[in-house]
Amino acid sequence: MIKKFDKKDEESGSGSNPFQHLEKSAVLQEARIFNETPINPRRCLHILTKIIYLLNQGEHFGTTEATEAFFAMTRLFQSNDQTLRRMCYLTIKEMANISEDVIIVTSSLTKDMTGKEDVYRGPAIRALCRITDTTMLQAIERYMKQAIVDKVPSVSSSALVSSLHMVKMSFDVVKRWVNEAQEAASSDNIMVQYHALGLLYHLRKNDRLAVTKMLNKFTKSGLKSPFAYCMMIRIASKLLEETEGGHDSPLFDFIESCLRNKHEMVVYEAASAIVHMPKCTARELAPAVSVLQLFCSSPKAALRYAAVRTLNKVAMKHPSAVTACNLDLENLITDSNRSIATLAITTLLKTGSESSVDRLMKQISSFVSEISDEFKVVVVQAISALCQKYPRKHSVMMNFLSNMLRDDGGFEYKRAIVDCIISIIEENPESKETGLAHLCEFIEDCEHTVLATKILHMLGKEGPRTPTPSKYIRFIFNRVVLESEAVRAAAVSALAKFGAQNDDLLPSVLVLMQRCMMDSDDEVRDRATFYMNVLQQKQKALNAAYIFNGLSVSVPGLEKSLHQYTLEPSEKPFDMKTVPLATAPITEQKTEIAPMATSKLPEKLAPARQDIYQEQLAAIPEFKGLGPLFKSSEPVQLTEAETEYVVRCIKHTFANHMIFQFDCTNTLNDQLLQRVQVQMEPSESYEVLHYVPAPSLHYSQPNSCYSLVRLPEDDPTAVSCTFSCTMKYLVRDCDPNTGEPDDDGYDDEYVLEDLEVTVADHIQKVLKPNFGAAWEEIGDEFEKEETFALATVRTLDEAVNNIISFLGMQPCERSDKVPENKNSHVLFLAGVFRGGHDVLVRARLALADGVTMQVTVRSTDENVVDVILASVG
Amino acid sequence: MDGFAEPSLYTVKAVFILDNDGNRLLSKYYDPELYPSMKEQKNFEMNVFNKTHKADNEISFLEGMTIVYKSSIDLFFYVAGSAQENELMLMAVLNCLFESLSQMLRKNVEKRTLLDNMDGVFLVVDEIIDGGVILESDPQQVIEKVNYRVRDCTEEQISLCNELTKIQIDNTVKLSSKFYLKI
Repeated sequence: MIKKFDKKDEESGSGSNPFQHLEKSAVLQEARIFNETPINPRRCLHILTKIIYLLNQGEHFGTTEATEAFFAMTRLFQSNDQTLRRMCYLTIKEMANISEDVIIVTSSLTKDMTGKEDVYRGPAIRALCRITDTTMLQAIERYMKQAIVDKVPSVSSSALVSSLHMVKMSFDVVKRWVNEAQEAASSDNIMVQYHALGLLYHLRKNDRLAVTKMLNKFTKSGLKSPFAYCMMIRIASKLLEETEGGHDSPLFDFIESCLRNKHEMVVYEAASAIVHMPKCTARELAPAVSVLQLFCSSPKAALRYAAVRTLNKVAMKHPSAVTACNLDLENLITDSNRSIATLAITTLLKTGSESSVDRLMKQISSFVSEISDEFKVVVVQAISALCQKYPRKHSVMMNFLSNMLRDDGGFEYKRAIVDCIISIIEENPESKETGLAHLCEFIEDCEHTVLATKILHMLGKEGPRTPTPSKYIRFIFNRVVLESEAVRAAAVSALAKFGAQNDDLLPSVLVLMQRCMMDSDDEVRDRATFYMNVLQQKQKALNAAYIFNGLSVSVPGLEKSLHQYTLEPSEKPFDMKTVPLATAPITEQKTEIAPMATSKLPEKLAPARQDIYQEQLAAIPEFKGLGPLFKSSEPVQLTEAETEYVVRCIKHTFANHMIFQFDCTNTLNDQLLQRVQVQMEPSESYEVLHYVPAPSLHYSQPNSCYSLVRLPEDDPTAVSCTFSCTMKYLVRDCDPNTGEPDDDGYDDEYVLEDLEVTVADHIQKVLKPNFGAAWEEIGDEFEKEETFALATVRTLDEAVNNIISFLGMQPCERSDKVPENKNSHVLFLAGVFRGGHDVLVRARLALADGVTMQVTVRSTDENVVDVILASVG
Repeated sequence: MDGFAEPSLYTVKAVFILDNDGNRLLSKYYDPELYPSMKEQKNFEMNVFNKTHKADNEISFLEGMTIVYKSSIDLFFYVAGSAQENELMLMAVLNCLFESLSQMLRKNVEKRTLLDNMDGVFLVVDEIIDGGVILESDPQQVIEKVNYRVRDCTEEQISLCNELTKIQIDNTVKLSSKFYLKI
């Protein structure tokens, strides 16, 4: 029977694997002995182990064979061999999803969980909860309640943890066990304490008051378990964050007191929590930083790692707070764990002075090839931050980056380097030419299509504006000869930009275009033909519209509109203006100088926020025929934090209407609200057409109601309006435990804060990569200019930010950044006004006593120009 | 980066034991969104193994996760958690796993003994982590709960053992028949 020990394995020595040549079919064959009487525990145990081993190796079991084995296994409950029984529980858990009718073992497990043998009870509970579904849960509820408060710790822990797993499935049932969990929390056993705390938090996390009470209770009574302390610190810091509580709050005192706990785990958790708090002052950081400093010299690698990683994060925001640790960090530079060494160096790069940069860079380049890609990305990010801090060091950095670019590495790593170089180029005009040269060299031999196209795009944008644009042409045209379709197409687009901007290069670009028109790929041919014809017209306006500034519509929106158009054939040509605009400008995403690689789980391609709203609103029959959604605002809170009802509003703008979406949450567990709607009283000539109430609002389940408003047609300049809002609803009291409402209710209302509509709600941000060209394209037909004095503003930065947020337009050409020590600045803004009219604003700012601003507005529509100027004034 | 992960008991994302060629001997993934397919899991394990088996560094950061590890003769033990997780908690899990196995296998923490007592190993892991929640962190408690007798399996012993059970059973049958006869 035990074929696994064949001669060969025996000879190959002790390292061989007795499970290596297992065959699923043979094992299942062997499983027949489960049916033999009497049961041979030893042999059965062995076969169960083999089955679990196979499952663990990823062997696929069909439903029929799994079910057959499972049913045979149920017979083994007759044996009293302890290990065998425990392996049965494991098999049940492993097979719960593959076999059918697993609930057949329910009664055996229930018997074990309530039986006399304590060794069986915990594992039996866990196996039972694994196979129990919502409908069955009622049946075992009584046993679960008993088990949670059982005096045997393993039983209580098992019941608590299993309850936690089941919260996702049947919150309402598990919620009823809260009293038992409360009792278990005062257990002497440290694990029971921890599990009870975790379950209680999961059951109460939507009820901030209850969480606060729970924390107060436990901080006073004091817990034994270090795990429970860590959990409490996390809950406390989350509460602090949500309530934006000041650092004089008892919660903060609690976290700080944990810095003196005797367990390193708790001390570290507390230090890390303090470090991650937003708006933490240097003085509050100091005690946390000093415990981390102590950990830096710990013999345990994990502790050193944890400490230096956290210090690295502190250094992002408060480099001065970490300077005290510089000496300890210097010692870690040579740590044998390269992750620790890398983190230490990148931290020092942030805290150290400009003079130490060269030394540290030399040190890190000595072992950069040894560390994993993840940490190489950390290094690149540190360099990127450094370049912003010490712009003069850009040549050292650029050199280092180009060396890294030549080394082997994965896509993420290369992308980080390319992003970093691009951001240096954008920040620092002096480095533009060297940077572009490195990028050109990189695409000569680049296997990543995404990066190659990105760089080509960059070359097209920046190259024509350099002193010698002609030298880039060769690099770009090489791509057309050598690369895949996507890269060739990108190269053609880049070439066109050179032709459009540099008259002396135009003839040669046209020759190259001519060659591209013979490409084997149709996209490349199409682009070449298109650009060829546009370029031959030699008109600035055409170049601006079709070569520099591409489409600004949302791609899913365009797809949907085109589909709609083909479904309903009409005589009219397709109108681009019916397509919703893209919300986030795609091209100017800055490289995030985020703390080291946040989770890099597979990124899901989330549809843009606005496309989701468009879908949701289109599903409501009352809102048919409003045209495409033009803009959705960020949510505005209409209630204070910690009130009975939480309401926030999202303003959706259409061509001639607005829809207000009110997201309401009921935080009272003894009330059910029905027919909820928000009554709106406008201050101007806005007309409320329709209310769509939310049918019901259950405790902590958000729901939305809507109001449809028509914008005044006769007065296009009336863009701002204030609405006073009142929420009206029918209240039905209900039992907090079961959620059963009373039969009758009463009408009630709740006054909300006023809602403002401003000019920004009518304008969608659009990025014009080449503002000058767009400015010329619109022309001065409706140009108007006015000068304002901004008396209350003291700095240019403040003025720029005010204008941007007030108008809700997109700053172009990086003009939102005011260079230091300058007394004047020009801000370029671009947007599209409701109805599809392009608007461009040029604001010249001068700093004297206050800020003087000269605003020039151009648009394709005269009204729009007036609206903007009127609202600025 | 969101400094505050949602407070939760779900600490461990994955735990696995590999041999000195990077082959999987045991592995458990507790986050269904993390590497849902077997191929992704094995790729991940191989990647982790390649990056860690040369130097005994105890801790690393790979594929967006904090990974603590430990090796013993021809075995490698790994515990993985999210980037925001408390590294010392993960260490506590790893230490508990290693200490429990070391006690159970009477300090012979090597591949052959481990495989010979694979059922015990499965049970130990099951007692330490349940669905990603740390169930127990004290090796002594784990050993008591599992209550497992280690064996040095050789073919002879097993067949001997089988023989013995047979004899025992036969005896019981005889005894009980005698018992019945008496009545």
